[in-house]
Amino acid sequence: MDVKKDYIPEFPGDLYNDETGRTNFIVTSIDAIANWGRSNSLWPLSFGTSCCAIELMSTVSAKYDWSRFGFEVMRASPRQSDVIIVAGTITHKMAPVLKRLYDQMPDPKYVIAMGACAVSGGPFYYNSYAVVRGVDNIIPVDVYIPGCPPRPESLIHGMMTLQEKIRKSKAYVIQKPKKNKEEDK
Amino acid sequence: MIKEELKHYLETNFPTAKVEETFDFPLLFLTKEELIPVLTKLKDAPETRFNFLFCETAIDRNPAFEMVYHLTSTYYRHDMMVKVILEDREKPEIESVYSLWEAADLYEDEIYDMFGIRFTNHPNLRRIMLTEDWVGYPLRKDYQDDRMISL
Repeated sequence: MDVKKDYIPEFPGDLYNDETGRTNFIVTSIDAIANWGRSNSLWPLSFGTSCCAIELMSTVSAKYDWSRFGFEVMRASPRQSDVIIVAGTITHKMAPVLKRLYDQMPDPKYVIAMGACAVSGGPFYYNSYAVVRGVDNIIPVDVYIPGCPPRPESLIHGMMTLQEKIRKSKAYVIQKPKKNKEEDK
Repeated sequence: MIKEELKHYLETNFPTAKVEETFDFPLLFLTKEELIPVLTKLKDAPETRFNFLFCETAIDRNPAFEMVYHLTSTYYRHDMMVKVILEDREKPEIESVYSLWEAADLYEDEIYDMFGIRFTNHPNLRRIMLTEDWVGYPLRKDYQDDRMISL
């Protein structure tokens, strides 16, 4: 059988065709193809707590249209989403809610801290009794986007940085259960 | 009534209370005990008919607290301000005006949350901004928070 190598842009692997022109087999690695799939269909959880959410909405809508890069629809349920974009100030009262939303998301899950408030507590509310100084005190953050608020371009850049991070990561890592059970309570 | 008329009305009808004039509203100082009777009178009297409490808040004049009530009438379009000084800093307590204006419900929740002033006869006094287990009252002048950086 005569086999011919085919080419699809950005596909992580080699495709081979037979004489009919159909793809017969693919040579790739599990990591590469799983990460390729994951990075190109990130479904964000809509979690906007202040003015960064306005820029987030602008990024979703027609002018900037982040679906071009594979981020698709905003989900209203954490159970259907892969990435949580923390867009806005997190107060001490909101922190347990954010933690619960993060815990409800299925693995693999990613976190983007958007704007100065989510990164470090913010330029205005930093020295306040009510504000959490950086969302990384509550949940692990993958990408930090500075700005107050960040422009849609910089949000898209942050999302594409997350895609790069996903493509370079191990796709299937078996997480052992933690020995310290006090944290789960 | 215009401002001067309203001030005159207050002076003649409540001779024991102190009346002042601010740049926008007539201001009536009351004691804790006469708050509810006077406000009831202001609400029900046909000359004033203050049927709307549009702002209720507190001020920490360390060591005393000042309760501030802003009243308006949707019939006559006149406004006034009522202040009550609470001397007791350890357990500041005042009668709720929820029985007169239901708008006081959330205002008084917030004042309780931020200043720790307790309202008797309030239907549901609770912390609305902060968590239930919060220690202290953040808008008090002597509130201490170790996380805050003093500039």
